[in-house]
Amino acid sequence: MIVISEHKELTEKLAIKDAPLPDRVFVPLSQHLGKSCNVIEVKVGDAVKTGQRLAIADAGIFAPVHASISGRVESIAEYPHPVLGKAKAIAIERDAALSEETFPLKSESEVSALNIEELRKIIQEAGIVGMGGAAFPTFVKLTPPKPVDSFILNGAECEPYLTADARLMIEERDAILKGVGIIAKILNVKNVYVAIEDNKPEAIKKFERPAIAGAPNSKFEIKILKTMYPQGAEKQLIYSVLKRKVPSGKLPFDVGVVVHNVATAFAIYEAIYKRKPLFERVLTVTGSILANPANLRVKIGTPIAKLIEFCGPLKKEPKKIIMGGPMMGLAQFSQDVPVIKSTSGVLLLGEDEVAESEEEACLRCGECIKNCPMGLSPALISAAVSCEKWDLAKLSGVLDCIECGLCAYSCPANRNIVQGIKQAKTKIR
Amino acid sequence: MANKLMVSTSPHIHRRENTASIMRQVTFALIPAGIGGVWIFGLRALFIILTGIVSAVIFEWLIQKARGVKVTVLDTSAILSGLLLSYNLPPAVPLWLVAVGSFVAIAIAKQAFGGLGRNIFNPALVGRAFLLAAWPAYMAAFAKPFDVIAGATPLALLKEGKIAELAQLDLSYQDLFLGLRGGCIGEVCILALLIGAGYLLLRRIISYHAPLAFILVVGLFSWVFGQDGFFGGDFIFAVLSGGLVLGAFFMATDYVTTPLTTKGRFIFGLGCGLITFVIRKWGGYPEGVSYSILIMNAVVPLIDRYIRPKRFI
Ligand code: SF4
Ligand code: SF4
Repeated sequence: MIVISEHKELTEKLAIKDAPLPDRVFVPLSQHLGKSCNVIEVKVGDAVKTGQRLAIADAGIFAPVHASISGRVESIAEYPHPVLGKAKAIAIERDAALSEETFPLKSESEVSALNIEELRKIIQEAGIVGMGGAAFPTFVKLTPPKPVDSFILNGAECEPYLTADARLMIEERDAILKGVGIIAKILNVKNVYVAIEDNKPEAIKKFERPAIAGAPNSKFEIKILKTMYPQGAEKQLIYSVLKRKVPSGKLPFDVGVVVHNVATAFAIYEAIYKRKPLFERVLTVTGSILANPANLRVKIGTPIAKLIEFCGPLKKEPKKIIMGGPMMGLAQFSQDVPVIKSTSGVLLLGEDEVAESEEEACLRCGECIKNCPMGLSPALISAAVSCEKWDLAKLSGVLDCIECGLCAYSCPANRNIVQGIKQAKTKIR
Repeated sequence: MANKLMVSTSPHIHRRENTASIMRQVTFALIPAGIGGVWIFGLRALFIILTGIVSAVIFEWLIQKARGVKVTVLDTSAILSGLLLSYNLPPAVPLWLVAVGSFVAIAIAKQAFGGLGRNIFNPALVGRAFLLAAWPAYMAAFAKPFDVIAGATPLALLKEGKIAELAQLDLSYQDLFLGLRGGCIGEVCILALLIGAGYLLLRRIISYHAPLAFILVVGLFSWVFGQDGFFGGDFIFAVLSGGLVLGAFFMATDYVTTPLTTKGRFIFGLGCGLITFVIRKWGGYPEGVSYSILIMNAVVPLIDRYIRPKRFI
């Protein structure tokens, strides 16, 4: 792990604002890992209300999708998608005549009366997925096949530029803690850790608190982590907090741990305490070329063009638009792509900020090896990939790569190491 | 504007260092030693350095043109090779010899292997080794500092038994540190070399592992198996005389021809130190730094094969 420049000063002090209601949203049917929603419950022309379920899948692991504004279904068709390139999405045109739904707070007694099965069901039906980027359906992670003893709330937010989680921790502390309480109750864990990097003193102050609502049996502890990349990557986080290593090919529950991101815990709170499905999220819209970068609460399905316009004007033409952070995010072809459940940020980079991309011969400087948090030898993997020796790549541990990007970040020869790794992974699988 | 957006795989930001900037900084770090050499040996040294650089750049350009590959003269690596070659030559060699050495370094040691990043041996040292084998007389004609008469290096005098002990040399440690002795252009002024090495270490362009191991091994072994019996050797003399400091900091740290991992680099340094000591003590040459590095260059694939980072699983 290494220290990299953060650029968080652009937005870290800015309170979360509501993005203006979009006239039109495009809600993709696949916003999660698992089966895409194939049972569409609305048809073109239908009136839908905020929070109304739009589609589910008939089998497998999935997360339902919901309307994020009230209006009419305009079309159901292929539309740009930030991860998949293109995918089927339900377009909803806002109808000012239809009011936005409200989600009143339930009483504590109502919430505490819910049993674990009911809690899981609500979370599943709310369509919650891992909001740190992985987008794995949350209820699955809340149903570990064997008991776990620890839960870690991931507030590391180690990607440069992104500040949405930090703001959420500062502004929604109580709600997040309630969400954590629900998680602790469902998992029945002894230990609850809140892991925050030491570059977020304000958030740390908020969480120095002894107990969590609704889970009196759990021991609560805050873990202050060094600000280093990729501190928030699941395996690295578990090691930093608990000194446990997740073996190759295993998952956190194999070592008795479940990790959820801050935004996910907040979404769980909203689902349980307000019966509000996941149809909006907080994200950071940022970049030095934006006049007014911001932390925004955005309806899922909002095209990013709307957000860029809201945070503009642009000081310079963007050269790259990234959904997510600069280390692991995905560069986009167009501004039409909508925000989805796992979108933690929209980052605009100008010409002079974009990494030069001409690949040179490996210098054998060893930087990639020194920095790889998984202890791999990216230079050798990259060499294996360039001569298409997939077996060798596999032997070199390519499947353990977490795609954190540090190798390519530190490579003076601009080797496209991560690109090669992704290619190798698809070839091997 | 949609089609003007650049799309590539993550990561989208990049550490500022690149190949050219690294090569530039290494070149820059070698300048003090060159100034030292010119101050000590006079303008002749400057002409040799310039010949080394210019001929290396020209050969690199010509060969890349001929091979039809991208011309990368601007990445400064050819300048660096030319510079290092000239630093490894005695100040009295004729200029044509420098150009021949450059040709061997660039054409054979570097481009014939496929260019920067693919060469196994340090180009400058291959050039020097070739010259030493082909024209040994020129390569042993060391000028005395501030003098036109040919002299010999302290190590050579010692080897040939011209002096029985170091005291007869009439050289203080301070003289050795400043470089007031016979030797190659860039190796003599230790002070200047350390300034450059310090810069590279601070900028984290080189790691200390190989140089440290290299210097310690040579020093310790020379001390233990000294002229005057066990533990009677002169650690400081062994380190300051000859090309050890230049070799340890600037050639045993060359990325391309040394191991990938820090542990591997340490082993590389140990090996260089041992071989240097053996050559100095029992070999046919008074100095063994260049050959030890070349020999260890050949061992690098083996080191890299067995020394791998610890996996995080
Ligand atoms: S090889 Fe994978 S895990 Fe290692 S630095 Fe590169 S992207 Fe990160
Ligand atoms: S960082 Fe790049 S140049 Fe250095 S060893 Fe790794 S791949 Fe090669």
